[in-house]
Parts: sequence; C-alpha cells; structure tokens
Amino acid sequence: MSASSAFSDEKGGSASEPEYGHDPASGGIFSSDYKRHDDLKEMLDSNKDSLKLEAMKRIVAMIARGKNTSDLFPAVVKNVACKNIEVKKLVYVYLVRYAEEQQDLALLSISTFQRGLKDPNQLIRASALRVLSSIRVTIIVPIMMLAIKEAASDMSPYVRKTAAHAIPKLHSLDPEQKDQLIEVIEKLLADKTTLVAGSVVMAFEEVCPDRIDLIHKNYRKLCNLLIDVEEWGQVVIINMLTRYARTQFLNPNVNESLLEDSSEKAFYASDDEEDEDKKTEAAALAKRKPYVMDPDHRLLLRNTKPLLQSRNAAVVMAVAQLYFHLAPKAEVGIIAKALVRLMRSHSEVQYVVLQNVATMTIKRRGMFEPYLKSFYIRSTDPTQIKILKLEVLTNLANETNISTILREFQTYIKSMDKDFVAASIQAIGRCATNIGEVRDTCLNGLVQLLSNRDELVVAESVVVIKKLLQMQPEQHSDIIKHMAKLIDNIQVPMARASILWLIGEYCEHVPKIAPDVLRKMAKTFTNEEDIVKLQIINLAAKLYLTNSKQTKLLTQYVLNLAKYDQNYDIRDRARFIRQLIVPTDKSGALSKYAKKLFLALKPAPVLESPFKDRDHFQLGSLSHLLNAKAGGYQELPDWPESAPDPSVRNVEIPDWSKCTSRKDRKEKKVDKPFYSDSEGESGPTESADSESDSGSGSESASASDESGSGSESEESGEETESEDEEEDEEKEKKRKKHLDKTKAKKPAEESAESEQSSGTEDRKRGRKAVKNQKSASESESESESSESEDESEEESEEESESDTDIRKKKTPVSKQPPKQSKKESKKEKQEMSLLDLDDFEPAPTSAPVTPVNFLSSSLVSDLEGLSLTDTILAPTTIAPSGLIKLYELLHRITGEGLAVEYCFSRQPFSPDPNMVAVQIQFTNNTNSETKNLHIKEPRLQSGMRIREFAEIEVLAAGESVTVVMGIDFCDSTQAANFQLCTHTRKFFASIQPPVGELMTPVFLTENDFKKEQGKLMGMNEISEKLTLGEKCVNEHVIVERVTATANLSRVPCGSDKECRFAGKTVSSGCLVLVTVATKEGGRAQLTVNCEKMVIGTMLVKDIMQALSQ
Amino acid sequence: MIHSLFLISNAGDLFLEKHWKSVISRSVCDYFFEAREKAVEPDNVPPVIRTPHHYLINIYREKIFFKLMFLFSKLGVCFIVDVLYRMCADYFGECSETTIKDNVVIVYELLEEMLDNGFPLATESNILKELIRPPTILRSMVNTITGSSNVGETLPTGQLSTIPWRRAGVKYTNNEAYFDVVEEIDAILDKSGTTVFAEIQGVIDACVKLSGMPDLTLSFMNPRLLDDVSFHPCVRYKRWESERVIAFIPPDGNFQLMSYHISAQNLVAIPVYVKQNISFFETGSSGRLDITVGPKQTMGKTLECLVVTVHMPKVVLSANLSATQGTYNYDPVTKILVWDIGKLNPQKLPNLKGSLSLQSGAPKPEENPSLNIDLKIQQLAISGLKVNRLDVYGEKYKPFKGVKYVTKAGKFQVRT
Repeated sequence: MSASSAFSDEKGGSASEPEYGHDPASGGIFSSDYKRHDDLKEMLDSNKDSLKLEAMKRIVAMIARGKNTSDLFPAVVKNVACKNIEVKKLVYVYLVRYAEEQQDLALLSISTFQRGLKDPNQLIRASALRVLSSIRVTIIVPIMMLAIKEAASDMSPYVRKTAAHAIPKLHSLDPEQKDQLIEVIEKLLADKTTLVAGSVVMAFEEVCPDRIDLIHKNYRKLCNLLIDVEEWGQVVIINMLTRYARTQFLNPNVNESLLEDSSEKAFYASDDEEDEDKKTEAAALAKRKPYVMDPDHRLLLRNTKPLLQSRNAAVVMAVAQLYFHLAPKAEVGIIAKALVRLMRSHSEVQYVVLQNVATMTIKRRGMFEPYLKSFYIRSTDPTQIKILKLEVLTNLANETNISTILREFQTYIKSMDKDFVAASIQAIGRCATNIGEVRDTCLNGLVQLLSNRDELVVAESVVVIKKLLQMQPEQHSDIIKHMAKLIDNIQVPMARASILWLIGEYCEHVPKIAPDVLRKMAKTFTNEEDIVKLQIINLAAKLYLTNSKQTKLLTQYVLNLAKYDQNYDIRDRARFIRQLIVPTDKSGALSKYAKKLFLALKPAPVLESPFKDRDHFQLGSLSHLLNAKAGGYQELPDWPESAPDPSVRNVEIPDWSKCTSRKDRKEKKVDKPFYSDSEGESGPTESADSESDSGSGSESASASDESGSGSESEESGEETESEDEEEDEEKEKKRKKHLDKTKAKKPAEESAESEQSSGTEDRKRGRKAVKNQKSASESESESESSESEDESEEESEEESESDTDIRKKKTPVSKQPPKQSKKESKKEKQEMSLLDLDDFEPAPTSAPVTPVNFLSSSLVSDLEGLSLTDTILAPTTIAPSGLIKLYELLHRITGEGLAVEYCFSRQPFSPDPNMVAVQIQFTNNTNSETKNLHIKEPRLQSGMRIREFAEIEVLAAGESVTVVMGIDFCDSTQAANFQLCTHTRKFFASIQPPVGELMTPVFLTENDFKKEQGKLMGMNEISEKLTLGEKCVNEHVIVERVTATANLSRVPCGSDKECRFAGKTVSSGCLVLVTVATKEGGRAQLTVNCEKMVIGTMLVKDIMQALSQ
Repeated sequence: MIHSLFLISNAGDLFLEKHWKSVISRSVCDYFFEAREKAVEPDNVPPVIRTPHHYLINIYREKIFFKLMFLFSKLGVCFIVDVLYRMCADYFGECSETTIKDNVVIVYELLEEMLDNGFPLATESNILKELIRPPTILRSMVNTITGSSNVGETLPTGQLSTIPWRRAGVKYTNNEAYFDVVEEIDAILDKSGTTVFAEIQGVIDACVKLSGMPDLTLSFMNPRLLDDVSFHPCVRYKRWESERVIAFIPPDGNFQLMSYHISAQNLVAIPVYVKQNISFFETGSSGRLDITVGPKQTMGKTLECLVVTVHMPKVVLSANLSATQGTYNYDPVTKILVWDIGKLNPQKLPNLKGSLSLQSGAPKPEENPSLNIDLKIQQLAISGLKVNRLDVYGEKYKPFKGVKYVTKAGKFQVRT
C-alpha cells in the first residue's frame, strides 16, 4: 500500500501495480483538477494493452472507493472497442457507472453495442444487450426497445434471459414504454426454457405485477418448470405464484371443521410424504364438500414441496410462506422442519426466519410445538435473536409445555443481558395471562424477582405484576403490600408509577398502607418524574373518594403542588380532578359520580404478541420484517369469495404435454386410477381442473345420477322424456345436497351405490345418457369417436360370432355407448328441443383427459378429450374401466333369444366390500317380452357367496338391461354356478373370474410398496423372466396391458425402467404387488409378491401372456 | 432488488461501494453509523434500518459490515442476505478487509457479474470462477511477467447448459472423489450435566475430481437416521424420496453436497462432561473457578482440540488460574476466558482452578457465566451415520474413493 494516506485516497487501489503510476500520480496531487488524471489518460491512449489495463484497473478501484473519475470519460470511452477482453469489461463497468452523467459522450459507444447485438456468438450478444440496457441514457430508449424486442425472439435462451433482465431496466428509465414491454413480457412468459422463466417473472413483478391475466396460460408450465429453474428465479416465481393463487383459488381453510375431518381421515396417509394420498383424498373431499381444492392449486403445492429441501435459505423461506398462505391447515406443518433447519444459519438469516416463525406461531401454534427446544436461547446469541426466540417460545406455550418453558425462562432471568432479562419477564407475564393454571406460579416467581438486586429487573417485574394483579386483585393484597414497601427503593419511574396505580386502584384491599404511601409520595412529589406525578394525583383522588377522613388534607396538598407544576399536563389533571372530587357549591352533577368514574372496574390488559396480525403481510417480505409497507410491496390479496373461471389456465394440449415433466405425469398416473375407481365412471382425471365444483362436479353427478335414475324410471317407465329429464335434474340437485352432507370418506361407496342402482336401469337410460352427454359436452363427434373405438374393441372380441344378424343387433346388446350412438340419430330432433330446457353446467373445457367409461355416460367434452388417443398423454389415461372385457353367459341361440353377457366392472360392490361386482347385461332378442328374470339355486364352492340382483320384471322385446350382482369368490378362480330363470325357462350359467379380477387396486407410495414388498419375500415372491411382445415398446403399453389383465393400480416409481402395481384381493384383502422391470433387448422381469401363492402364480401366468403378446 | 452495496470495516472505514442502479450518495451510511454507535456489540446492530428512501440491510461477518440498500422489497429479505453470504463463503476463501482491499478490482468485477440490475444473475461459484479466475500466487506471478489477465479468455458455457454447476470437458489424470462427513453437536447442558437440548447438524462436503460427466450415487447404511436434509441443486430429490440414495452429477471440485439434521434427543451422544464450579464472593471482590473436563460417550475415540470458552461477567478484572493441562488466556477487554486443552487424556482429567479478581466495590455478578465447548473427534460420526457405497455411472474409469468422518462441537453450551 502507498505510504501517504492522501495519496492512497487519490489513487485508490494503486497497490497492485505501483511502478508506473507513482510519479505522474504524485504530480497529480499538486496539479489543478483538470490535469489530475493526466497520467491515466496517457496510459489509456497508449497502444499497449497492458498499460490500458493497468489504467482501467486503477480507475475501477477509484470507482469502488467512491472517487469521482468522470473527467476521464472521453479517454475511457475510446477504448470500448478494445480487443483485450478484460479492458473491455472494465470499460463497460466504467461506462455503466458514468453514462448517466455524460450522456452525449456515452452515445459514442452505442454503435459498438449495436454491432455486438448482431454477433454470431450468443454470449457476446447477451453481454452487449446487458451493457446497452444498463446505460441510463434516455435518448437511446428506442434503440433499447428494439434490441430487447429482437433479443426476446433470439434463438439462444441465454440471450432471451438477458432480454428479460433488460426489461425492468428500460422500464425504470422510461415508464412510458410499459405497454410495449408488457408485450415482450407476455411473449417471454410463454417461453419454455427454465433459463428464461425466473428472469421474465422478475420482469413481470417489476413492470406489471397487476397483470395477473398474463400468468393464466403459463401457470401450469411455471409450476412444472419450477424445480429446474435456478434458485433466484425460484424465489421470484414462488412469490409471484403465491399472489396469483390468492386471487385464483378458494381458501382451503374456509371451513376449518371440514379440514379437521380430513386430517382425521388421513390416518393412512399419516406420512407427510404421501402427498398423492392427500391429494386424492382432497380431491375426493372436493367431490362431496362445498370446498374443492382446485387441481391447479394442488399442483402448485405439490411442485413446491421438494424445494423445501433447497440449500438456499431464500427458496426455503419462499416455499414456507407459500405453504403458510396457501396450504390447507393440515399440510402447513411440513414447513416447520425446514424453517428450524434455517435457524442454524447466520444471525441475519436467523433473524429473518425467526420473525416469520413468530408470526406463524400465532396462527398455527401446533406446527412448531415439536421443535420447541430448537428455540432455546444460548447466552451467545445476539440480543435481537434472543428476543425473537423468546417471542416464539411464548407463543408456543400451552398447558402441557408451560412448566418446561417456565423453567427455561428462569435461567434466562439470570442473564447478563439486561434487555433480554426484561423481555423474559414480560414473556413470563404473557404466559401467565394466557395460561390460567400457571398464573399463581408465575406471580410468585415474579414477586421473588422483586427482591432482585438489579433495579431494571425489579422495575420490569413490577410492571408485569401490575398487569397480572389486575386480573384477580382480591387474592393478592399481600403482594400489593409488598410492593408498597418497594416504593422506597425503586427509582425506575415506570415501576413507581405502576405501584402507585396498583395501590390506588386497590386501596380498599390495603386500607392502612395506602394513606401512608400517599404521605410519602406527597413529600417527594416535586422530585418525581411526570408519569409518577400523574399517578400520585390519581392515588390521591382515589383515596379521597374512599377514605376522605384520613387523606383529605394530603390530597389537597398534592393537588396544590400539582397546580404549580411545570408540566401543563399535570396542571390540567390536577384542576380537573379537583373539580371532580372536591364537592363545592358549583360542582355539577358529575362529582356525584366521581367514585364511579375513578373506581370503575377496569378490564385487565390483554398481553398480546407484537406479531399478532402481522401475517397480512406476505411472509418473508421486507414489509413483514418491518411490519410496515415497504416501497414496491405487492399486497397479498385476500382469498376470493368464489373462484374465478379456472379454464383460463387451460392450454392447448401439445403445449401442456410438452412442458409436463415426466415425473409429474407419473404422479398423475397414480391419481388417475384412484379417481376412476372411487368415482366409478366419470374420471375427471389429472388436471381435471374441472374448476372443480362446476366442471367435474356436474360431470360426475350427472353421470351417477343418470345411472341412479335408472331405478326410478323403472316405475315411471311410461313417463315422457321431458318429465324424465326434469326428474333427472331434481335428483341431481338432491344428490348434490346429499353429497355435501356425507363425509368425504364415503365417495367410493356412494358411487358404488349409484352404480348398483344403475343395474335396474331401463331402456330409457340410453337415451338419457345421450342427452346428458349432449348437453354436457356439446360435441358429439368426440363421444362417437371414443365409442367407435370401444366398438371395434368388442368386435375383435366377438369375432366368433359371424352371424350378420347378430351383428346388426349386437350394438344395442353389447354395450351402452354403442347403443347411444345408434339412438342418437333417431332421437336427435327431440333432443335438440330438450337441450334448450337443460340447465346443466356447460362442459368443462378444461379436462384434458376424460376416459370413456363402460357405463358410459362419461361426458367427454371438447377437443381436449381427444387426448385420449394422444400418445404423449396416453400413459395418464389408462383407466381399467376402458379396457373391460365382455364375457358371454348365455348365447342368443341357446338362450332362445335371450342373450346374456357379463363383465367385471371393477367397481367396488358397495353392499359387501368382499364381493366382486359383476355386471350383467340382458338383451331380449325375441319378439315377445321376457318376464321375471332372476337367479335361482346357486351352486357354490364352500365359502363362496352370491348377492343376486333384484328380479327384472319385464324385459320388452328388442330391449336390453344391465344389472349388477356381487359374488364373493373367496379369492379362488372357481366358477360360481347358478340358474338363470325367466318366467318360462331355466338356463344353467356359470361365471368364472380371471384371476386379475379378484383384486382391487390399493394406493401405495413407492416407499410403502418397498416396505410391503420386503415383507413378502421368499415363498411369497414369484419371479419370471419374459420377452416382451413386439407391441410392448414402451412403459405405457406395459401399464395398459397389466392393468387390463388385473385390477391393479400403478405405484409411482422413481426409475423409468420399472413399473409397479399394487392391489389387494377382494375377499381377504391380501396385498398383491407386481413389478415389471424392463431390460435391454425387449426382455423383462416380472415379479409378483402375494401371500396367496396360487393367486400369485396364476397372475404371473396371465400377465406374462398379456405382455408377451 | 439490491440497489447498492457498501462494505464497511469494523473501524467504520467505508472501503468499497458498488451501485447497480443509479448512484446513491454514501451519506446514507450515516444512518448506519448512528445505529452502530448505539449498539454496543457489532452483533447487535439491527439487521434492517429504515431510512426515508431506502432500507439498509446490515450483515456483519468477519469484522466487515456488508451493507445493502434497496428500494424495493419484492424479493424478500432472506434473499439478499443469502447472496452475500454465498459470495463470502464460496469465492474468497478468506474474506477480510485486507483481502478485499488487495483485490478490489476482482471483487468489483465479481459483483458486476453476480448481479444485474440488482437481481442475482450468476451465483454459482463454478461459473464465476470461469468468468473471473480466482487469484493464486502462481497466476499473479505469471500475470506480472506476461501481462495476461485474470479475466477468463473463454466465455463461460456453464450458464448455457442444463447442469449449470458443472463445466464441460473436465479432465483429470487421477480421478478421485472424497467425501467428508462432518457432524456438529449443538447442545445445551444444564448445571447438573443433563441435556436440555441436543441435536446433530451434519454436512457432507465433497471434493470430486472426475473426468467427463460422471453420474454418482451415494448410499448410506442407515439413511433413516436423517431427519431433515437439504441438498445441493445437483441432487435428484425424487431418487432420495423414493430410494433414499443420493444421485447426482457432481460439480467439479469442492462443494457441499448436502446438509442434514438429526434431532432425536436420545440419539445424541454427548462426548464430554464438564464439572464446573464458578462462584463469586459477596465480600473481598473475588471469585473462585474450578473446571474439570472429562470424556463421556466418545465411542472409544480420542477427543481433540478441546477448548473451553467462558464469557465472564463485566466485573471480572483478571484471573489467576492454574491448568493441569493446556494453556489458558483471559482477555480483560472482551472478558473472555479461553482454556485451550488440546487432546483429552482420559487417565488424567484436565483441570483449571484458581481465583478471579473482581472490580472492587461492584456488586457480585448475578449470573454464573456459561461455558462454550469446542472439540473434535476424528474418524467418528457421532450420529452413527455410515456411507455404504459410491457408484459411478456414465464413465468408464475407476475413481479413488474415500470417506472421512469428523465430529465437532457446534453450539455446545454448558449452563452454570
């Protein structure tokens, strides 16, 4: 370093290369100002890069030290085109710093950057844009605007990112450009690269944070990209999405009791990680309850959760605040752990985290209770941290932990840090007021502190005791007496005032002491502090009213002293009180009430946390930290009363699927079977954001009601269609109400019930379904296309039937959807008119995937439904229901015109959960009615049971009907034999289940799966190698094949080489776990774990067959 | 948005300023100096100071105040605090007033690269090191001779890749991957030696020097032990969730792979016990001090680098003690007594005994000072965490692998 300080001031960091700079520089000190930097100018003008570099380094060092070097501007700017990259960089630094002051000269450099913007190297383009946009010169605004626009559509994401960064710069330079900039932002928001996402959201927040509409289309993409965005981008995005979610979704805690319900219910999802379970559960809840969590809302929560594990404190904090502001109560708890982890960081981070924790603990105390001890205070913590920890501890105190907390507080009181001791005493006071049980203990402890040697401690205790005593003064006259004695020693004004107030207030409890205290105080009145003086006057007044005999003179003396006090407040008070209490001739009516006025019962003070109500600021923001609105703070909006239209977030399929990362899709795959299982038919799947109540609600309701109305219409078969229609609606309403009431636990049963009732559906059903479908979807072509798919599937199955006659009739016979399509054309006219009467909700435009279901009715809607066949999305669309096989029970010929087919509908059979639901379809192909269809004389293996369907009274000619019966196969593939009777004939029939139908899906997480698999090793594990069939090219096909073979659900899996499935047998509930691990060359390994080895072996066989085809 | 940054030394010398937006006069720092004067300890300066137009954020580290000003609060406070922390920790190695003053240009260039318009741009240290090479003695010599510079000749490509933490084309002749499992015990013991609170904070530091793009998988014998974890961004969280293994493409060189937290109290073995007796007499302005340290649950390992630090009350003027092992030092200005014991010999327990002299006339201190203990145990992770194996995928070579365990005392405090 240089020897003289004056020198180093001038030259800043000249240390690095002193040999050149010395002489000219020292000359600079003596020369006049304009000559000051001659040496540097000389160096900059030289031809040698090393000299230029040296000069630039010195200049930058001067800038860093805050020295003014603006006079060098022309000399420096000349070097902007220098070849040496370091010189160039330093010139940029200089330029950005001084361009604002030397606008004209700065313009000289612009052309260099403009050239840079055209450079083939993306990094040079980016850095040129960066510097150009950093030059704060208004004249170049149009150039900047142009450059930003161009860069926004650059090929390189890095350049686009730089463009996003440039937007706020330009905006702050010239707010007039806002509209144009918003256009650019809109364009960049649609960008799909992670590199750009964070930066553009930052620009959005800076320029147009209120244009929430720009986010809609990109919402899901942002959620899905989030995990791959760089850390700082994550923070901005999360904060923005928090605000967004607050405007777009409903408050998940709007119905607290409802949530408690669900948390109780979550016993099988007790593990925090089982997000899926919760999700599905919440979704199930959604169906039945007035509150429905939007799937997009859920998406946000799910995708941000892993970020709690980030190493970056800011990201963790951002996620924590998101959960705090958005998550249902039951889920907020997961953030506690992460926040406690942050507390080990540096004291500044600790300070911020503790501030937020303090706010959170007020609202959700339970969350941090397990971490109570992490908030214990060390003597080496800085004071502000100590006080915050104390705040948190106080907030966490409750009946169960108060004793530990008080013990802890006791050690704090002995601390050397007096501010902290005072805060501890206050904290004890707050605990005492909040928790009645410990009030006496606390009071005793505080009274002991009164004999402390430190005056501050005593004073603080007095103040706190005063507050506590106000709650129950009667019992504590001893303490008051004790405190009265203290007044001789305590000098702290606040404490003295508190004691005096106490004595005055409760002078009736200490009648002997009070006048004596007043006497003492009267003596010292003139030397007291103002607050003490006021309290002396108060005491005097109160004593005068209660005990005027002893204190009349004293009071007058005090009032006289006060009358001549220097403080006008005290003079006024004295005058006022004298008028009030001393009866004179003139004194008005008021003096009669003086006693009431002074000795009215005063409400005890409420000791509140200073952090109360701070949560209206977004947590983690500076405003929250300061508890005041900081500049640029975006208000966190309140939840809306009703959710705005969620369909705005829908994007065209290709977009959506492209940006969905693989793992997300996997997760969804899991949700899906759940839906289709519990909800039976209509599976609003995946992002059936369905805007939930309206969309999917109506969808499923109409579906189930449709089937439900089947039984109804049995009796009212003669009714006209429109009547039916009305009835339908009515039923729907009823059902909805009913649904609201029922607990979310029952959705599965419920839908099964409706399912069962659908068994007695009559022929009108088909038409109705069509109607519903029409009204709901308004897109026939879609439903038709999916139906035709179904049709072709059947055809292949029933190839054996070559009879063309049968063919013709087959459509109505075999399945509902084909029938619909047939009837559709017939009834079209009528339907059209009926359509107008409908007040069904318009179809959800959103549900990107809607499976067409056997029982049909699935109200597939618009274009997005087409994604059913979309290969990208296909994996998510596998619904077991879509792949149901039909089996023949009675051939048309053997049945003398009565054809009976059955299938395993894979719905839970609600009357008896141990039974497999079998759906039977009767078709009357004769010309006359068939009557009294029923089951007779079942001959069953031991243990097997049948629950028959209700007798079908009449089946008209050419019509068909579907019923559901339950059979308990006792987990064996033995056939169930029985007689099928009509009013004229008996037919022998037998139903033999494929092994795959003896199970029902269960939902496991990957961890649970592994755990369970670990239990089912050895004999219970059957493993086979196989070669995959030619068509089993991808995961999707495998999943499809397996789920078609067996009624299992997919288990999420981290690796893409493995597919896992889980289910349990219907009657005994034994777990069935299937793993298909694919290897190179189309080989694969199939593993089945099941306690029932027979089932396992058979299942292996079936799946192998299915996969090797 | 960070507006400006000022670095102020402990002595109040403002030695670096950087503005990302328009220039703010350094006079705003007066608010800070005012607050600094009010607070006795530098630790106690309020982290946020409000001024009419700006908010000052103060971060105190290594005797330097980092001071940020900013106008907008959108990004939250945590944010900014973290940037600077990262900057100190990652880049400079040692970060002190002198090193910054010596390398003022480099620091300035770094700041320029790290933030754009006050928004963090590149904070990954690998990228920064590519942009501006860290100064080493060798390079500075070469630079003086050849006149070349510290600025990277090549433009960084890391920023463009999907794995920004790793630069492309890494090549080593010796491929090696070392992992240090470092655990720190945070504990509060009360007077009688019972544990009031204890937890283990662990980090796994890695030094990975592997060629190409290796994909590593690190697995533990007992991953369930880990209560709460946080990872370097390179770790695939899904794999951890599902299989409890750490799969990652490592950054090149040194980095912190993960940190974890074990809070189950009964699990935490306390390796040391302290018998202490510090008392002050009512009369005669003196006190006694007697501290003995002994091993408790050390799993058969030796305690090393044992240091006991006592923050004495203000009234203690001097200490006249004798130690059976190690040396002690009492600083009458900061009132800190440091007893450096070194290696603990279980046969002969170290003891520190003697008298303290107090300021005459002052009342005897209320509180007995608490003891902070520092120690180190080599070759032991106190939680029992064990690395099972490290697999390398994606590259052909066989690297040298190594794991080292160390246990240290973190915030280990004994109340008296």
